[in-house]
Amino acid sequence: MNLVSRQTLPYLLILTAGVFAPFLFRDYSNEIAVLWLMIVFASTWDILGGQMGYNSLGNIFFFGAGMYICAIVQIGLYYDVGMYTSGARTTHIVFTTAQYFTGFALGTVAAAIGAAALAVVAGWIVLALRGPYFAIGTLGIAIAAAELISSWEWVGAASGISMPVFPFGPATQKLFFYFLLFVLAFVLLVFLRWLYSTNFGLALNAIRDDEQKAEAMGLHTRRYKRTAWAISAVFLGISGAIFGNMTGFIEPRDIAFPTTTFNIFMVIMVLLGGKGTLWGPVIGAVVFHTIKEVTWTYFLGWQFVALGLLIVVTIVYFQQGIVGWLMERYPGLFKAAPKGEPEPALGVALAPHAEGAE
Amino acid sequence: MEHILGNISILTAAPVLNLGLLIDGVLIGSIFALAAYGLALVWGVMNVKNLAQGDFIMLGGYLTWSLGRHGINPLFGVPGAVVLLWGIGWVVYRLVVSKVITRDLFTSLLATFGVAIMIQQSLNLAFGPDTQSAHSGLPTWQLAGGLVTIPVTRVIGFGLAVALALAVIVFMKNSRMGQAIRATAQDARAARVLGIDTEKVYSFTFCLNAAICGAAGALVALVWNVQPFLGTTYSIRLFVIVTAAGFGNLPAVIAAGFGMGVFEQFGGFLLGAEFQQALIVLLLLGVLAVRQWQYLRVRQAVQ
Repeated sequence: MNLVSRQTLPYLLILTAGVFAPFLFRDYSNEIAVLWLMIVFASTWDILGGQMGYNSLGNIFFFGAGMYICAIVQIGLYYDVGMYTSGARTTHIVFTTAQYFTGFALGTVAAAIGAAALAVVAGWIVLALRGPYFAIGTLGIAIAAAELISSWEWVGAASGISMPVFPFGPATQKLFFYFLLFVLAFVLLVFLRWLYSTNFGLALNAIRDDEQKAEAMGLHTRRYKRTAWAISAVFLGISGAIFGNMTGFIEPRDIAFPTTTFNIFMVIMVLLGGKGTLWGPVIGAVVFHTIKEVTWTYFLGWQFVALGLLIVVTIVYFQQGIVGWLMERYPGLFKAAPKGEPEPALGVALAPHAEGAE
Repeated sequence: MEHILGNISILTAAPVLNLGLLIDGVLIGSIFALAAYGLALVWGVMNVKNLAQGDFIMLGGYLTWSLGRHGINPLFGVPGAVVLLWGIGWVVYRLVVSKVITRDLFTSLLATFGVAIMIQQSLNLAFGPDTQSAHSGLPTWQLAGGLVTIPVTRVIGFGLAVALALAVIVFMKNSRMGQAIRATAQDARAARVLGIDTEKVYSFTFCLNAAICGAAGALVALVWNVQPFLGTTYSIRLFVIVTAAGFGNLPAVIAAGFGMGVFEQFGGFLLGAEFQQALIVLLLLGVLAVRQWQYLRVRQAVQ
């Protein structure tokens, strides 16, 4: 295998799998669509958590914010949002095809911009905090958002918003949202591969390894941190906009800002797959999502207890993750890896660096 | 907005209501102070930020509540919860905390978050998501013509919280183990060199903290209510208290606990009960922002 194909091979595999999966496994296309969402979650979490050493417990904030911004734009373009949310229970409001797609497109753009802006604002409060303070602060932001939206009548408070109905049949709808999420995940992976090969990626790693030194060497650490968070916020905001329209109904606590499900899945998937690598989060997301979808229904209500157990077991006994374990076990496999893959430090990297930037 | 202004005008028109809120805040704040002391203890000695703190409280609360349901006076829940939580604390320490204590802080934070999720979901399965409260059958005092009501349970809860806190403080000052704990907090390596079994100290500290939480939880069930998912709110509250006070500063932790109680009572009265959780979380962000600003002036990070 020569160098080029080795770099592009995973992308070709993902592209093939992504394009054919919904036709091969017609019944599972929704689950596979959510898998792409999980990959977006894990990879965006890893920008800060793995590459920069800032472990966030509140990245779900941007997902939910994107969802709500998109919904408000979609509805607000044609109706009064307050009227819509209060009237939605009694009257059925129809959007024409043109209205739906214009609203959705503009809403997604607004979600991306809005999420990035929120990341800059929130970053101003929390990004100078370190370690556990950062984690708790971000968790606080996510919980605060859920609580405030739950009591904000204008956006439907705790009873949520019924999104505009997709103008074509359910089969088309499934495929449409599947491909949106797939394209988003694919673009994100290509983008991250490029990002981690630039000086920006190196700066993030420098912040992870020693922030004081990085600053002493002249990096504007705050600017880098804020930009990195805004990048993950953009992708999370877009994914929120898409997911909100995909489910057709949004609500603050369990769909937009689910702090104990999606939010914690992000962290678990990355830790399971391997922190600070490009493919670790992807592998973690695939493994976690598959296990979850297969076993979830057999737990009969105990699934969230099992989730807590999984968190504890992963973090206590298997912190290096799947990719980290492979690197330790078969270092030869990764020797020839080209630069820009999980960094040339591969051989050395894994032992102590997984411990983060404390 | 009008109803906030309306509530403010109620408070200025009937100043005695302020007194009622203040008394309630202090009585409840005593419980916060007790549990916050436990958090500060583990934080200072082991450098572990226990996110399962609030869920330990809920466990103690549910024990008390179920005692009350089986016809036993819920006041027995206090010693019962101490014993039960001591045991649970030991199990959690052995299986989880002892493995992550030397790793970075996020690891222990996330591990205890996992424990928190397990506890709250188990409680939800066992007792259902309803809000519960233990009834001790004690009367309520009426002052100022019924404008200020003080349930006797709150006074008993306050007394017990103060007694427990004093007991713990005396224990830390005078007993051999207390001295060992303080020595370990100051410098674990030096303590080991001088023959203190730090592993035992850590285990004891964590169990002691869990037991304190259990007692606090029993009091919470008596004077307030318990619900499986309220644990996270308590964890955040305690985190706010300890962050605002600084974990090495015991009197400040206790003062901040009372302050939190009073703040919540007034905030809840002015804004309405549905904003209570949001209020606590916003206070957390406020405290973090202030801390960050303080450190920024000396170019240090809050870590």
